[in-house]
Amino acid sequence: MLRLEPRRSPSQAMVWLTPILAVLATMIAGGGLFMALGKDPVDAIYTIFVDPLLDPYSLPEIFVKAAPLILIAIGLSYGFRAGIWNIGAEGQFIMGAIAGAAVGLAFYGTAGVWLLPLMALAGIVAGYLWAMIPALLRVKFGTNEILVSLMLVYVADQFLRAMVNGPLRNPQGFNFPESRLFHDSAQLPILFDGTRVHLGVAIAVIIALIAALILSRHIIGYNVRLMGSAPRAAMFSGVKPPRMVIFCLGLSGALAGLAGLFEAAGPMGQLTPTLPQGYGFTAIIVAFLGRLNPLGIIAAGFVMALTYIGGENAQLALGLPKAAISVFQGMLLFFLLGLDIFVRYRIAPKRREVA
Amino acid sequence: MTLFKSLGLAAALSMSAAVVSADGHDPLSVGFIYVGPVGDYGWSYQHDQGRLAVEEHFGDAVETSFVESVPEGDSERVIRRMAQEGADLIFTTSFGYMTPTNRVAAQFPDTYFEHATGYQRADNVSTYSGRFYEGRTVQGILAGHMTESNIIGYIASFPIPEVIRGINAAYLAAKEVNPDVEFRIVWVSTWFDPGKEADAANTLIEQGADVIMQHTDSTAPMTIAEATWEGLAEGETGVYAFGQASDMMEFGPTARLSSIIDDWAPYYIERVQAALDGTWESEDAWHGLDEGMTSIGAFNANIPADVRKEAMDAAIQISGGTRHSFTGPINWQNGEVWLEEGETADDGTLLGMNRYVEGIEGTVPN
Amino acid sequence: MDFSALDPLALIVSLIIAATPLVLAATGELVVEKSGVLNLGVEGMMIMGAVIGFIVSVEIGNPVLGFAGAALASAALALIFGFLTQVLLSNQVATGLALTLFGLGLAALLGQSYTGIRPPSTGDVFPEALSTVPVIGPLLFSYDWVVYFALIMVGAVWWFLNKTRGGLILRAVGEGHDAAHALGYRVVAIRMAAIAFGGALAGMGGAYLSLVRVPQWSEGMTAGIGWIALAIVVFASWKPGRVILGAWLFGGVTILQLNIQAANLNILGILALALAGVAVVMLLVQIRSLTRHKVIQIVMVFSFALLALVLALSWPDFRLDSAYLSMTPYLTTIIVLVALSGDKTRRALNAPASLGRVFHASA
Repeated sequence: MLRLEPRRSPSQAMVWLTPILAVLATMIAGGGLFMALGKDPVDAIYTIFVDPLLDPYSLPEIFVKAAPLILIAIGLSYGFRAGIWNIGAEGQFIMGAIAGAAVGLAFYGTAGVWLLPLMALAGIVAGYLWAMIPALLRVKFGTNEILVSLMLVYVADQFLRAMVNGPLRNPQGFNFPESRLFHDSAQLPILFDGTRVHLGVAIAVIIALIAALILSRHIIGYNVRLMGSAPRAAMFSGVKPPRMVIFCLGLSGALAGLAGLFEAAGPMGQLTPTLPQGYGFTAIIVAFLGRLNPLGIIAAGFVMALTYIGGENAQLALGLPKAAISVFQGMLLFFLLGLDIFVRYRIAPKRREVA
Repeated sequence: MTLFKSLGLAAALSMSAAVVSADGHDPLSVGFIYVGPVGDYGWSYQHDQGRLAVEEHFGDAVETSFVESVPEGDSERVIRRMAQEGADLIFTTSFGYMTPTNRVAAQFPDTYFEHATGYQRADNVSTYSGRFYEGRTVQGILAGHMTESNIIGYIASFPIPEVIRGINAAYLAAKEVNPDVEFRIVWVSTWFDPGKEADAANTLIEQGADVIMQHTDSTAPMTIAEATWEGLAEGETGVYAFGQASDMMEFGPTARLSSIIDDWAPYYIERVQAALDGTWESEDAWHGLDEGMTSIGAFNANIPADVRKEAMDAAIQISGGTRHSFTGPINWQNGEVWLEEGETADDGTLLGMNRYVEGIEGTVPN
Repeated sequence: MDFSALDPLALIVSLIIAATPLVLAATGELVVEKSGVLNLGVEGMMIMGAVIGFIVSVEIGNPVLGFAGAALASAALALIFGFLTQVLLSNQVATGLALTLFGLGLAALLGQSYTGIRPPSTGDVFPEALSTVPVIGPLLFSYDWVVYFALIMVGAVWWFLNKTRGGLILRAVGEGHDAAHALGYRVVAIRMAAIAFGGALAGMGGAYLSLVRVPQWSEGMTAGIGWIALAIVVFASWKPGRVILGAWLFGGVTILQLNIQAANLNILGILALALAGVAVVMLLVQIRSLTRHKVIQIVMVFSFALLALVLALSWPDFRLDSAYLSMTPYLTTIIVLVALSGDKTRRALNAPASLGRVFHASA
C-alpha cells in the first residue's frame, strides 16, 4: 500500500515536473478521446498545443486572450494567499466594464488622450467598489465573502443587461441590446499593426511583474504570505486582518474592473450583454495553476489561452466539436490540479505497525 | 451526424494542403460561423443545412468550414482566423457578429463577408436576412382559425424590430380571420434557454392560450405543446404550436400546425456562385417567400381544407407580390394612423419597427 | 390593475414543478457543504444527469431507470472531484470549476445523437380522479413522482442530519475535520460519500429538466441552473427545510415574471408585491433574531435602497427592465447571509466551519 507523506520543503524538481507530467497525461487521455471521435490524435494535439505557437496569427491572439486572465488572477492570488476568497471577480469585471464604458459613452465623440485613463480609472473604481461589498460585509458582520462575491456576479450580470437595454443602449441601434461603438479616443490603441494586441495586454504583463516584485520584496507581500501561512503569527507581528481583507478584495476587484474595461475598450469596442466570457471564473483556475505566484500565473494564463486558441483552430481545421475541446480542457485542469500534490507530498510505502 | 460530415473538406482549409479542383483552379473556400451548436435544430442548424447544400451543389469547386457555438463577444478572433486561413467568402450568422465582421472586413479587403440580420455594410460586406414576417402572416391565419379559446401565446426573445415585426404581422393576420383573437406576449430575454422557454409555454397555456407561437430558437415550446396531447380523449384537442427556424416536425407530430423554415440554401448557393463568377457585390438582401429564404412547412392534417386553402392562398399572393403583410388601414397601438386604406408598409418603417399595432395589449419592453 | 388573469393555484403548481430540479440539486449540495466540502461543479453534474437520464430513458424506455442512471453517472462524475480534492488535496474552488467545464463538454459529446427525440413520459402518481378535486387536487396530487421524491429527500436529509448518529458525524467532520479525525472518524471516506450523494441528487435534478420539465435533450440546457442551486444552499443557511423555501423563491421569480408579462400587468406594481413577499420570507427566516435591531436595520436599509433604486430607474413611466426583478433573489440571499452572520451563536449552528478547507490526515 502507498501513502502520501508531506515533504519537509516543497520539491523544486516537482514544481517544474508536475506541469509537464500533467500535459503529457492530458495528451494521452485527450488523444484517446480524439481517437474515439475518429480523429488523428497526434494531429489534434499538435493543432491544439503547438500549432498556435508557430502560427504568426494565433500567437498574438494568445496574448489577447491571456491578458484579462492574468490581470484578474494576479489580483486574486494575493487574496488566495492570505486566505481571502474572492470568487466574484466576474462581477467586478462586469462592473468595471460598465463604468468604463459609461464614461466613454458620456464623452462620445470627444477626442482627447485623457479619456482612456479616465475610463480606466472608472473601471478600477467600479471594480473596487463592487468588491468592497463582500469586503465590508465580512469585516463588519463576518459574512462569508465567497458566497457574497459569487451572488454579486449574477447581480452584476443582470445589471449589465439592464444597462444595455436602457441608459447605455445605442440610440441608432434599432433597439438591439448593445451600446454604440466607442469612438477612437475611447478605444485602446493597438500595439502591433495587423493584430489585436492592445495596450491592455502590455499593462497586464507589467502589472504581473510588479506584483511579483511586491510579493517577494515589499512588506505588504510579506504580510500577505504570512497571513496565509500563519495567521496568528501575522496578527502578533501587527497585521490587521480587517485591513488585509479590504486590501486583498479591493486589489482583486480593482484589477478585475480594469480587465473588464480593457475588454470593453479593447477587443470588443462596445458594451454588449455578451461581454462576460467567464474570465473571472477561469482566472480562479489560472491563479491556482500558477500556484498563486505572479510568474506562474503568467505562464498559466498563457497555457489556458493556448488551449482556447488551439481548441478553436482544431474546430476549424479538424472539425472537432466544441464539446470535445471543453472535455479536453477539463482533463488538463484535472491533471494539473491533481498532480500538484507531488510538490508538497511524496509517495511512500505505507508503514505497517507490527502487531 | 452532421457534425462530422464536413471533416475532409474542413481539414483541407487549414495548413498548406490546398486541394485543387478538377479544372485546375483552387476551390473557393467558404467559411461559416454559428452562434449555437449545429445540433440546436433551430437557427444554427438551418444555416448548417445551407452550408451542406452549398457543398452538395458545387462539389469540388468549393470547400467549406465552420465553427459552432462562437460567443458573440469573442467572435472577432474566429472571423479573422478564417479570413487569415484564406477563406474567400465568410458567412457570419448572428446579429452580434456585426461589429466584428465589419472590423475584420476592413482589414481583409479581398475577402467577401456576408453578415446575417445586421444593418452595417461595406464594400466587401453584404447583409442578408429573411422576411420572416411574411411567414408570420400565414401563421397568423392558421392560428386565428385554429384557436378555440381565442388566446394566442407568443414567446418573444428581445424587443428588436425583427421580433416586433413578427408579432405585428401575426396579430394582424389572426385578427383579420378572427376578430375576437387576443395575443399574450412573453419576453424571455434569451434566444436559447430550453428551461425558460418551456416555462414560458406552460405559463401561456395556463393563461388560456391554445396556440403557441415562438420567436426563440429551442424546440422546448413545441415539446410542451405536444405533451398537452397525451392522454386526450377522442375529439379533444390540445395546444398547437409552430416550428421556428427549422421544421421541428419530430418534436410535435400532433401539435405542430406548420412552421417557418429559414431556408438559406438558395441564397448561399447564389452568393457562392457570384463569388466564383467574380460578380460578387455588396448588397442588402431581404428575401421572403418569393425568393425562398422564408418557406412554410407542411400543414397539420387537423387543419380544415378551407383554412388550409386560405393560408396557402395568402402565401401564394405574398410571394406573387399581390398581397403585403402590412396593408392599411393599420394604426399603431396608441391609435396614431400608420397606413391608410390600401397603403402598404415601406421597408424603412419595417426595419425600424419598435412598437405594436393597434389591438395588441401590453407594452414593448423599454 | 387586473390580477384576475393570475390564477394563484396554477401559479403555485407550476412553481413547484419549476423548483424541483433546484430542490434536488440544492439538497445534495447542502449535504456536501455540511461535510465541509464546497463543490462548485453543480452545473456540470446537473447537465451530466440531464444527458444520461435522457439516454437511459430513451434506450431502455423507462424514465425511472433514467433517473437512476442519471444519479449514478453524476455521482461518478462527482467522485472525480472527490478524488482530486480529498485524496490529491487539490483546491476545491478550482476543481469544482474545472468539473463544470468537463461536465458541460462531456454531456454535449454524449448527447450528440439524442437531439430531436422525445423521451418516454413520466406520468403523474395519483389517478386523475384525485388530481381533479378542486383546489386540493392540483395543489397536492397533480405531480409526478420526482416532485414528491424531492420533498421526501429534503425530509430525509433533515432527519439524517439532525436525528441520526451518522448525521452528527457528518456535521462534526464539516465543523472541524482535525478534531473529527482525532476522534477516529474517517474524514475522507465520509466526505467522499457526501460528495457522491450530492452528485447523485444534482444528476436527478438535471434529469428532471430533460425528462419532465422541458422534456428533450439539448446542449447546454441547464443554462446556469446549477449556480442558482449553489445560491439556494446559502440562502437556506444550510437548513434543509429552507432549501424548499429558497427554491420556490428563486424559481418563483422566473415564473412570476413570465406570468406578469403574459397577463399584461405593470411590472412595478408586481415588484412592490415581490418586495413585500421578500419581506415576509425574511420574517419567516429571521423570526427568532428579529430582536436584534441591527438585523432589522440592515434589512430595512437594503429594502429601501432597492426600492429607491427601482423607482429612480423606472422614472418617469415606471416601467422596469425585468433584469432588476431577476436580481432580487440574489440580493435577498446576501441580506439573509448578512443577517445570519450578524448573529454569532446562530452562525455557528449553520455554516460548516471547515467549508472549503483542505484536510490531510497526517498534516
